[in-house]
Parts: sequence; C-alpha cells; structure tokens
Amino acid sequence: MSLRSNILDLRKRKKEVQKGGGEKAMEMQAKMGKLTARERIIALLDKNSFHEYDLFVEHSAKDFGMESKVLHGDGVIIGTGTIKSKPICIFAQDFTVAGGSLGIMHARKITKIMDHALKMRVPLIGINDSGGARIQEGVNSLAGYGEIFFRNTLSSGVIPQISVILGPCAGGAVYSPALTDFVFVVENISKMFITGPSVIKSVLGEEISMEELGGARVHAEITGNAHFFAKTELECFEQIKTLISYIPRSNAKKALAYPPKPPLKGKKIEDIVPVDARIPYDMRDIIKTITDGSEFLEVMELFAPNIIIGFGRMDGETVGFVANQPMVLAGVLDCDSSDKAARFIRYCDAFNIPIVTLEDMPGYLPGVDQEHAGVIRHGAKILYAYSEATVPKVTVILRKAYGGGYIAMNSRHLRADFVFAWPTAEIAVMGPEGAANIVFRKEIAEAENPEEMRQQKIQEYKEKFANPYVAAAQGYIDEVIEPRVTRSRILHALQVSENKSVFLPSKKHGIPPF
Amino acid sequence: MSEDKKMKELIIQGAVYKTTFTRKFEERVKWEAPDTNMLYSFIPGTIIDIFVKPKQKVKEGETLLLLEAMKMQNQLRMPFDGEIVKIHVKKDETIPNNYLIMEIKPKK
Repeated sequence: MSLRSNILDLRKRKKEVQKGGGEKAMEMQAKMGKLTARERIIALLDKNSFHEYDLFVEHSAKDFGMESKVLHGDGVIIGTGTIKSKPICIFAQDFTVAGGSLGIMHARKITKIMDHALKMRVPLIGINDSGGARIQEGVNSLAGYGEIFFRNTLSSGVIPQISVILGPCAGGAVYSPALTDFVFVVENISKMFITGPSVIKSVLGEEISMEELGGARVHAEITGNAHFFAKTELECFEQIKTLISYIPRSNAKKALAYPPKPPLKGKKIEDIVPVDARIPYDMRDIIKTITDGSEFLEVMELFAPNIIIGFGRMDGETVGFVANQPMVLAGVLDCDSSDKAARFIRYCDAFNIPIVTLEDMPGYLPGVDQEHAGVIRHGAKILYAYSEATVPKVTVILRKAYGGGYIAMNSRHLRADFVFAWPTAEIAVMGPEGAANIVFRKEIAEAENPEEMRQQKIQEYKEKFANPYVAAAQGYIDEVIEPRVTRSRILHALQVSENKSVFLPSKKHGIPPF
Repeated sequence: MSEDKKMKELIIQGAVYKTTFTRKFEERVKWEAPDTNMLYSFIPGTIIDIFVKPKQKVKEGETLLLLEAMKMQNQLRMPFDGEIVKIHVKKDETIPNNYLIMEIKPKK
C-alpha cells in the first residue's frame, strides 16, 4: 500500500463513522426538531476549531446479539475546540446511534475528555441526548455513569462545567447535569426526569405528559434544575457563548476583561425606585444602570424570580449580581430564592468573580408550606455562602433591609467589604407596620381610636428607625450615598478590593446546610 | 416575570406590598390540619381483604384491611382504640392514591 492509499483508506473510514446512526436515524432526529450531535458541535464552536478524538472507538458488549452490531463512535462524539477563542473540551451524545445509549466505551470516551478538561484546566461542555443506560451492557453502563459523576464532583469548583440537555436525559443520567454548574434546556426538546410518565402512572396512578413532568419549562421555572431556557437550539448555543465570555477558564484564573464601556443612557437610577417601600419596580432596570453597556446575563430567570442572579461587567471586569426583585413576591427570601442565590454566590466565589448585592426586601415569606419545606435550612444557605465567600463583596441597600434578611443579604456582619445605603434605605428589625404593632401594642389597644393610634405610632416608628442612619451610627453602613453615584461607588470599591486577601481557618471542608 | 402580570397584594409583617405572584406560589397547597378520623390510601392499589364492619369496636394496632400495591400486602391498622364509622371501599376494589378508605372515631 502506498501512503496515498493509506490516506484514502483513513478518509473512507472516517467518513463511514461520521455517518453516525445513518441517514434514516438522522432524518428521525430532524423530525424531532433536533440537530445531530455533529451539527450541534459545529454550531456551538468557533469555525473550524473542533478536533475530534476517539472516532474509531467501538463498543465492547458481547451479549444479546450486540457482538454483531456496529455502533459508530459508540454513540458519543468527544473533542476540543474554542468558543470565542477560548479553549474548551466537549462531548455530545449522538442519539442517532442506538439512541445515544450509554455503554462502557461510550462512558470511557466521556471520562477521557473530562479528564483532559480537568488536567488542562479548561471548561467542559456536555451535550446530553440519550435514551439512558444501555441495558444490554448491564452493570457496565452503571459503572460508566458512576465514573462520570465522580469526575463531575472532582472538577466542581475547578473548571466550569456546562450541561446542555438536547433530548432525553432520564434516570441516573440526570445526575451528571445536576452536578455541573450550569444546565441549559430548550423548549420541547429537553426532557429530564428520574422516573418517567409510564412508571409514575403504573405505580401512583398519576397521568402526566413528558413535557409536563420534566420538560424545559418545568426545570427552568418549577424545579430549578435548569439555569438557562431557550426556544431553539441555536438560541441556546448563543446563551452558552455569552456565558463563556463572562467566566474564567478555571478557578486559578480571573475572567477575561473586555474593553470598558459606560452603561447606556436610559432612565436615571433615582427615577426608577419609588420612595414608598411598598410599591414595586423592576430591579433589572437598576442593574442595567450599573453594568457596562447595560448588559446583564441573567441566570435562572424563570425560577424564584423574587431574587435576581447573573453576570454583568463593570469597567470590563466580570461581576456577579445578587439582587432582590420587588416586582415578584415583594422580593422576599424563601426556600427557592435562598437556594438560587446561595449556589450562585458559591459559584462566584469559586471562580474569582466579585459579588455585588443590591438589597430591597421585606423579610422571609410567611407560610406553613415554607416552614415545612425547610425555610430554616434553605435560608441558612445564603448566610453560609456569603460568610464563606472571600471574593470582594459589595452591598448597596436601596430601600428595605428588614430582620433576618438584612443579615443574610451580605451584611457587614457576614464580612461584606463595603456596605452602601441610599437615603431611602430602611434598616430595621422589621417594617414600621409590624414593629409599631408590637412596640406600641398597649397604647394601640387602650386608645379611643386604635386605628388612628396605630397609624400615628407607625409614623413615629418610621421617622425614628426607618432610615439608614441608625445603622450608619454603628458603622454597619460605610456610607450613605446618593443614588446617582451607585455605579461609581461600586466600581471604586471593587478597584480597591482587587488584592483582597483574607484567611479562613484551615479545614478539610465545611458542612453547608444542603 | 413580566409587566403584563397583574399586580397583587402580599402582606408581610403588617405591610401591604404591591407585587406579582409566581406560578409556584399561586399553586402552592394550602395546609390543612389532618383529620385523624379519616383514613386515606397512601399508595394506589387493590383492597384484597377487609376484616372489620361498621360500628365494630377495634383496638389500637388491629389490622383493618389489606391493600395490595407493588406486590406488597400493606396492612392498614387502627391508629387508636375506637370504632369503625363507615367503610368506603369494597373487597377487590382498585383505588387511587389519597383515596378515603374508612372513617373511624376514637373510644370515648
């Protein structure tokens, strides 16, 4: 054989394997409104940047007639490439090959690229589109999942891990995405659940469709398993590219800085917030007056929208925002919003992203459902996450900062580096209405006109305590600022915190209230 | 979350806030004190045997009926000394989850 014929032979072999599950299966995939694994990688990565490995890996199953079956690439594509010129490792399950089912060689390809990602300290992106464990391979496919979960855990907090659910991801398979930092879902395409509709029907008699049980919207809005929701796969890829631009490639690096730019000229910050603390506004409008170019990548937009989390840039540097949203549930803290904020705080801390907290919240959501759902345990997560975080932490109190929520929202007491308050801030153990009812209970009860007395006492309390100056007198607030300087004060605070260095007691790891 | 959502009122510590509700908040299950005199199924299944009759006096721990579910014969037992008031199921009947099986009352 000449070199030429060797090369031609290689090309032929490659072409054959790259057919995946064949034309028919690809047509089926298209019918479901899905791109193929290879198309997805090409759409997501920079042009011509993808390099594939383990193309010729074959499955090793010997039972149930599997020995005579050829599964190209064993149903998964792995490789390296770049997104916005940043290196990444990627795997994409190929549903056209045996339904993307996971056997031991399929899993070994995935763990190989995971090991690369961890060793090279680059982000890992996993595209999930699989019917689940390959039953014919028995415990070997379970072993495969376990090896993946273990590596997800090892890599957690070292390299960014992104899961993209573009098809079914059911049973044990869901735990890999759940262990990663960000999960992307697409309407009508993503399906995630532990037990499917048919099992639920037979055991519990409850009838539910796949979409209602574990569709994209369910995970983005109800369960909180997903962080980004898109209507199409291409929109989803754009979201991933934007996210990649905000985060560093590993915990040893800082996110790449972009050229600084001012926020867009829009509404003035002081015109957005009503003085009456009971009237809502959209906190995202405030964030947009602070960030470069008024750009803000919101994370978990649909889940627990009473708190807002996401990334923006200030003077070109990535900043993580945590902000109460008065527009939804008055911006209360509850189980879901605590989980949402706490995990984001830990993400930012792990990846050297400073945290800016914008506070306007009336306290915790009352209710039996909240208490029974464990709001104590969930609420504690925020305290833990802020206390533990050593990245620069800046807080701005816009209006309400009542009770336990005041402490939780990155207060001085949890070692915020800078705490600013607007003159409209009300920092107190509770709102004037509740406080007056307790402090002046006797006066109100004994008054000729109790309601009149109540209003009078509420007013009295308001004047005395519903302001930032009581807290400022104790040094709990560093500065009472005019709203228009909010961005410049945060910027300055972040600049002087750049070399922040704190020492925590050495330990193996803490025991956060999961 | 969007502007077109209707503004609602939420009371927190005496203050009335104008705000919107989430789907999850609106669909939350209101808590009700459980009525210990009502016995509900805790799993769907088939009633394979009933050992008691209405007005019968029963001691705490006595088996009232067998509910077969997922190949397990689950014994439904009397939670306290008392009396059977009404039985809502028949032998061989298949019932869903959370189905009222029996009314009982404690001994006076």
